[in-house]
Amino acid sequence: MASQREIRRRIGSVRNIKQITRAMQFVAASKLKRAQEATLQSRAYSDALDEVLANLAAVVGGEEHPLLAQREGGTRAIVLMTTDRGLAGSLNTNVIRFAAREITQYEGDLTVVTVGRKGGAAMRRARVPVEASFDGYGDRPTFADVTPLARLLTDDYLAGTLSRIDIIYSRFISTLSQRPELRRLLPIQPTEETSGIPGHQFIFEPNAGEVLRQLLPRYVATRLYQAVLESTASEQSARMVAMKNATENAQELIEDLTLSYNKVRQANITREMIEIATGANAT
Amino acid sequence: MPLILEIVTPERLAYREEVESVVCPGVEGELGVLPHHAPLLTTLGFGELRIRRGGQEEFFAIAGGFLQVRPDKVIVLAETADLASEIDLEKAEEARREAERTLQEGFEEPADLVRARAALQRALLRVRVAERRRREAPRAHG
Repeated sequence: MASQREIRRRIGSVRNIKQITRAMQFVAASKLKRAQEATLQSRAYSDALDEVLANLAAVVGGEEHPLLAQREGGTRAIVLMTTDRGLAGSLNTNVIRFAAREITQYEGDLTVVTVGRKGGAAMRRARVPVEASFDGYGDRPTFADVTPLARLLTDDYLAGTLSRIDIIYSRFISTLSQRPELRRLLPIQPTEETSGIPGHQFIFEPNAGEVLRQLLPRYVATRLYQAVLESTASEQSARMVAMKNATENAQELIEDLTLSYNKVRQANITREMIEIATGANAT
Repeated sequence: MPLILEIVTPERLAYREEVESVVCPGVEGELGVLPHHAPLLTTLGFGELRIRRGGQEEFFAIAGGFLQVRPDKVIVLAETADLASEIDLEKAEEARREAERTLQEGFEEPADLVRARAALQRALLRVRVAERRRREAPRAHG
């Protein structure tokens, strides 16, 4: 059995760990609140954009713009969104496993663009061709952070090197549940819903084609931005839950260790008493 | 019939109120909207957006985007939108100097030039809107 002093040292270090995980839990909780708020706020914009696009799509056909056109053959790209940092439970493992299944099942040419350090590292380990890696978006990603990524993807698609682009990210469902999800980015599929006014009743200024031409790249960026925001919310909630569990485990460990510490202490006292008694008897 | 105005940016819902009229910076000049306007979809430029609400005027500095008008609702989708009274003049000035410095000192990639120009344009717009509001502040609107 470990010595009294050794157990006391272990209790001390577990207590330190518990303090750290507790602090991380609270930090994640407050960041989660902000991330959720950001997701909600950006939804107003993307809903409005959906509506505008639906109105436009009612007037112009799919051939009007290359970002709407379906393509055959060519390379498919997957944008894999993970976190930069670990200690977020099984969040990254789940989304990477989901992506790996998608990648191995696809038979054509495929390339990956990663967002977040964890995904980049995993793809390199698995020797999947990585077209580009982005990271360092931080806890409060801004729309400007996403623009280089959006431009890269849009340019490649317009150049014809890519024929289809999907995003794989962690969808934020609730604090306790995040699910990896695949969402089509390009070609764009406009929703059918409009605001009740048929699209063809709108006046377009200067004309529908021009509005569409300006709108689509922004639409792509908005879609990416939303996925980044959801991933951030997922990261914070996963970390919060993971750290809460760690804190509870540390507490349990402290209790167990304290119990064995007391046992050892009692055993030592008993032994000493026996030694004293035998010593006294001998004389 | 009231007219609902919504100003949204990718990062936030900047404004949602019932208004009497709104004047937007269109690409080809200013564009005024009153209730019962015909459905319209257009692109927006850089500039000042004026809102008339309850006899008072409110101002936004708007950078790029789209405008969708329905008889009862106007949606402004802007890249950035700052309420004039919330613009920090010093910060905007600082951003302007920073952008000018970048433009003067040169750049390595064409993308940097584009970014610096856009930043300068935004900063100038903010300064302009904020300064004008400050000058006009003592005068009552309406």
